[in-house]
Amino acid sequence: MAQAYTPGLKVTPHTQHRVRRILPISGTVLKSVGDRVGASDVVAETFMPGNITPMNVANMLSMPPADVPECMLLAEGDTVEDGTMLAQTKGIFGMFKSTCASRVAGTIETISNVTGQVIIRGVPLPVQVTAYVSGEVVEVIEGEGVTVENAVCFIQGIFGIGGETVGPIAMACENPEQELSADRISDEMAGAVIVGGGRVTGDAVKRAIQIGAAAIVSGGLDDADLRDILGFDLGVAITGSERIGLTLIVTEGFGEIAMAERTHRLLTGHSGREASVNGTTQIRAGVIRPEIVIPLAAGSTPPESDNRATEGLLETNTPVRVIRDPYFGLIGQVADLPSEPQILGSESRARVLTVTSADGETVVVPRANIEIISE
Amino acid sequence: MILATDCGSTTTKAILIEKVDGEYRQTFRGEAPTTVEEPAADVTMGVVNSVTEVAELADRRLIDDNGEVIRPATETEGCDLYISTSSAGGGLQMMVAGVVREMTAASAKRAALGAGAIVMDTIATNDKQLPHEQIQRIRELRPDMILISGGTDGGTTTHVVQIAELVAPAKPQPRFGGEYRMPVIFAGNVDAREPIEATFDESVELSLVDNLRPTMERENLGPARDMIHDLFLEHVMAHAPGYDKLISWTDAPIMPTPAAVGNILQQIATQRGVNAVGVDIGGATTDVFSVFDGTFNRTVSANLGMSYSISNVCAEATLPKILQWVPFEMDERELRNRVKNKMIRPTTIPQTLESLMFEQAVAREALRLAYVQHKEFATTLKGVQQQRTIGDTFSQEAGGQTIVDNMALDLLVASGGVLSHAPRMQQTAAMLVDAFQPEGITTLAKDSIFMMPHLGVLSQVHAEAAVQVFERDCLIYLGTCVAPKGSDKPGKTCFGFQISGKSIDARGEISVGELKLLPLEDGETAEATIEPARNFDVGAGAGKAMTRTVRGGTVGLMLDGRGRPLVLPEDRTVCRQAVTDWTNALGLADLARLN
Repeated sequence: MAQAYTPGLKVTPHTQHRVRRILPISGTVLKSVGDRVGASDVVAETFMPGNITPMNVANMLSMPPADVPECMLLAEGDTVEDGTMLAQTKGIFGMFKSTCASRVAGTIETISNVTGQVIIRGVPLPVQVTAYVSGEVVEVIEGEGVTVENAVCFIQGIFGIGGETVGPIAMACENPEQELSADRISDEMAGAVIVGGGRVTGDAVKRAIQIGAAAIVSGGLDDADLRDILGFDLGVAITGSERIGLTLIVTEGFGEIAMAERTHRLLTGHSGREASVNGTTQIRAGVIRPEIVIPLAAGSTPPESDNRATEGLLETNTPVRVIRDPYFGLIGQVADLPSEPQILGSESRARVLTVTSADGETVVVPRANIEIISE
Repeated sequence: MILATDCGSTTTKAILIEKVDGEYRQTFRGEAPTTVEEPAADVTMGVVNSVTEVAELADRRLIDDNGEVIRPATETEGCDLYISTSSAGGGLQMMVAGVVREMTAASAKRAALGAGAIVMDTIATNDKQLPHEQIQRIRELRPDMILISGGTDGGTTTHVVQIAELVAPAKPQPRFGGEYRMPVIFAGNVDAREPIEATFDESVELSLVDNLRPTMERENLGPARDMIHDLFLEHVMAHAPGYDKLISWTDAPIMPTPAAVGNILQQIATQRGVNAVGVDIGGATTDVFSVFDGTFNRTVSANLGMSYSISNVCAEATLPKILQWVPFEMDERELRNRVKNKMIRPTTIPQTLESLMFEQAVAREALRLAYVQHKEFATTLKGVQQQRTIGDTFSQEAGGQTIVDNMALDLLVASGGVLSHAPRMQQTAAMLVDAFQPEGITTLAKDSIFMMPHLGVLSQVHAEAAVQVFERDCLIYLGTCVAPKGSDKPGKTCFGFQISGKSIDARGEISVGELKLLPLEDGETAEATIEPARNFDVGAGAGKAMTRTVRGGTVGLMLDGRGRPLVLPEDRTVCRQAVTDWTNALGLADLARLN
């Protein structure tokens, strides 16, 4: 039987999920192995070295850089407050002395006799890491952070904006095709992860921000709306640091496109449960996709068969979705996988496959233009 | 018998070069996925796989039982020389610093780009950024290497030490783990070496090389480039998985891929005494290389590409500008969504003619923007004292003029997916001409199977073989473009032509706005006499006739009367008609099929 591999997104109802929560620089780990943690619990914290403020003392005191060290009132390593006297000139016969004071609080890092600069390191900045997903601490990485594990329902989206957030799942659309419009969002959804169906409109996003929702998850989004939401035209798909008031994830793509039936069904099944959501997307070597992680109730067991990711083998009868025009969004089953390349409408040669849709329509598409979906 | 590999970020390509009838020819090629990432995490596995494919095709044993390249060659097995380039693991990522952004920092950037690096950021004392912001930037970027320059020899040392004082406390962390020290190269004022050494502690690996700008009037990039290559091998590559093994296999140092491409282009330009421009357009980035009067320049446009960066091309160029190149109407909302869908699923390919033509329109704008960036970067030195005569009083020209001169350009070489894989060669030629807008008489070519990196390294150890293969197997000549500079009203005469050769004898006139394609086979040449109208210049001066030998190719002879700079009609209907006429004239597509 003809087969091929195609990449896809991970959508699984039950998996043992591990998440490493690591500080950017070494610090103190606050939890131990075996501890149960909630999504918002702080698991590790540290202090980042403060910002650097160079002060050109030579210029400020109108003296040659080489004279700066002997005019310094403090030494390297000394702490200073905002306004602390740093250096003083010798003056004329001990009179008319000029002084210079620190502009910031911190520690004197270096005193240069070449440039006359004094470098002050600001007060340390606190950095905390939360658990993000509730579960059990299964590993402590000394001085760095922890690994949290839990049985979860795990869904990857195709594109997102905004970073990590947590909230209960609130269903706003009854079926995967339904458009998520502003009138489907109610005040009770404040703090929730709102799940739509097909395309989410720009107005719906505005309304969700207004009521203080944590996140929106829906099938598609118009690029014109994305530009309005962000305030600029997104050039490269490297996201996660946007501050628009919520996290937004689309599971399928841009335009009018229904959420995958299975994804919608899974999210509906977990309505009301807490979900950890991250819109961070990086489409580069080492791709990062946005994710929706729903911790499962204690003691839940994986279903026997329905535990496969959408990544894998392509063969006849595999359910697939076309991901490029002219059949963008079409869902069907692989009918044939001819091994010889064929000439496309564009006159390029490529390997193709035949897809038959539910209503019997049969189309030929390049293999590069489909992705596997799971029922 | 020479074996060469190029370890790209996704594919490792191997080629075999053999002597056939007294000439070096590329005979077989193979490719396999690059194996830098887990689970293989050993680059040599991809190399062995691609070489094995070559070995099977050539019916010659090239890999021994220990999985190593067999050398030297015998009657039946092995090769005499094995060389390799690499851009795996994201290539060489550098940060450069100089005192003045337009002077020493620009020279440092040129040195790094010329060495094949991706320049992540440039830091200078005259930046708009505050010092602590600059330090934060160095911390976040995690480059593989830092190049610091500044000051002319014997000049003031203060400013360059100030730059070092910014870099030192940032304690930049290298990408590949913590076990190796960040290489920092100092190529500035020689008098500043002592204080620079005192500024850095043992957390960095400091190397001192000759000043890359010893005087304002002179750039000396060689020593800095060589040091970048040495450190690339010793530090960056040596820490990438499997490279220690690969380094021990090769007969010449492994080069970063773009550096090798630059090498071969430079070699060819020097040898033939021509000015050349090469372009490589990928999914995320576009590299432009140029050699004008022997001066080599390279730029990397980081966010101009055809998949990962396609949305950025649309944002920078704007959709209406891209649609100017499309001979039919398209819905803007729909197109925006299509572009974003390509960005999030970068591996999809155009299935319909409509979709292909839109992608090629995007490619034209990506190439145009990359060339604009290249022209801005490839300049004469800034800060040079100039003697001005009274005649210069009203000319505002200062240092920093671009050295890229489209009229002086002789050879334009294309490579990269959208250009190499275009279904019709005419499409490749049209994209090149529309984006780069060569003036006068220019030969067009494309790299057949992206062999330039292999030949770039080969040129260092066996120049003769490299040049022969480049000429015979690497380049596919598309033909020649004749395009006078100037403008006039559409319909007026642009130039007259008379072309005679073995299989061609044509004469006639080209009107302003007209495009004509004459067949001239690959390997054939013809004598072309071009008589431009009063407002047009084909290289000999306005209105002056010129006779030149022109080269044929798979496309032929493009007679371009659209004028330079090439301005498309503003009215959408008129523009669409013009683009339709050009599409038909060049045979770019069968537009009737769209209806």
